[in-house]
Amino acid sequence: MRVNVTVNGEQRQADDVWEGESLLFLLRERLGLPGSKNACEQGECGSCTVYMDNVPVCACLVAAGQAQDRDVRTVEGLADGDALDPVQEAFVEAGAVQCGFCTPGLVVAAHDLLDRVPSPSDPEIREALAGNLCRCTGYEKILDAVRLAASRR
Amino acid sequence: MDFLRPETLAEALELKASMPDAVPIAGGTDVMVELNYDHRRPSALLDLTRIPELQQWSDGLRVGAGVPYVRIIDELGAQLPGLAMASRTVGSPQIRNRGTVGGNLGAASPAGDTHPVLLASDAVIEVASVRGTRMIPAADFYLGVKRNALEQDELIVAVHLAPAKGPQQFSKVGTRNAMVIAVCSFAISLFPEENRVGAAVGSAAPTPRRALEAEEFLASALDFKAPKPLLDSVKREFGELVSQAASPIDDVRGSAAYRKHALAVMARRTLGWAWQQLVDGEKACA
Repeated sequence: MRVNVTVNGEQRQADDVWEGESLLFLLRERLGLPGSKNACEQGECGSCTVYMDNVPVCACLVAAGQAQDRDVRTVEGLADGDALDPVQEAFVEAGAVQCGFCTPGLVVAAHDLLDRVPSPSDPEIREALAGNLCRCTGYEKILDAVRLAASRR
Repeated sequence: MDFLRPETLAEALELKASMPDAVPIAGGTDVMVELNYDHRRPSALLDLTRIPELQQWSDGLRVGAGVPYVRIIDELGAQLPGLAMASRTVGSPQIRNRGTVGGNLGAASPAGDTHPVLLASDAVIEVASVRGTRMIPAADFYLGVKRNALEQDELIVAVHLAPAKGPQQFSKVGTRNAMVIAVCSFAISLFPEENRVGAAVGSAAPTPRRALEAEEFLASALDFKAPKPLLDSVKREFGELVSQAASPIDDVRGSAAYRKHALAVMARRTLGWAWQQLVDGEKACA
């Protein structure tokens, strides 16, 4: 089937999409956007977190066909040209990136948190990031990064 | 495989009638896992996310099957505190943004988080087909492990749930706060005007189920009109009866003995919280 979807502000189209395929597969394998990572494929790890209609979702749990006519924003769409988003900058500065695999999902989840709650408490940060796993277990630096990004807003 | 995208409920029911094998998909948090892992290859997916009627609620309450957990938590917590509490324990923020009570009912897992609340709060499930609409009390909806009362041509349309008439509480045991399937869970709803409580266990029997003897015991042991502090003996007996209502198994998440023990503890605690709310004269608030 054909899927038309807005991705990072651009109207995109993909053909020969399998009906049982996920939005994550569509993004990575058909639209050339490998920022969202494919790890657990069951919503456990949050590595594939993207915005759909401004709500963070696991792209692996959205059927590609469900994204038809929706507005998707991936981690690739957060930076403004070469200027990183403040959340991305904070992750770099705080050393919140180890192997980097969980980073795109965490950046999107943190970005959404700060949009909703500009000065989150630590429990609010932990709750907002509860759906994102970091297997390098670098959570402390990740929390530092979110606090840093919040302080700069 | 077909991907069906009805825009109205009538259209969806026609499609389901003509293709009974089509698998309904809303939040996708169960269905997509099965597809991603090759556990299921349905002839068609029936996408329900474009049907406005399923995404709304109306007074009474009639909550559309496609309302995501996050909206129940944020917007219905004052009216449905028990359902909001259970919804808050579902998955993670990403899952709660997509997952729905309709999906919980469709999957009918014994461990589904909202089932005990629906049972304890006298929820009624509205299902529909081209043949008409049926109203199924939650107590008659769960038939077995991942089996529910839906006929092949039916879809879950809404959950009917009166605004809380008294304090409601929910408790769930898991290995961490997020992203866990319940080891076991428990919900209690107080109906002070009617001198009774609803109580139900989750993840502790082939289906979620009510703890009827425990409910009857509290109805006779408690004075709802002039609530006094709870006696420990009442809490203990209630916990015992809730535990006896369960018939859990040993599995990877926990042993049957642990589940029985934990249910008694959760029953005592949630009764204590709910009763305190009543004593304090609070209307339940999520």
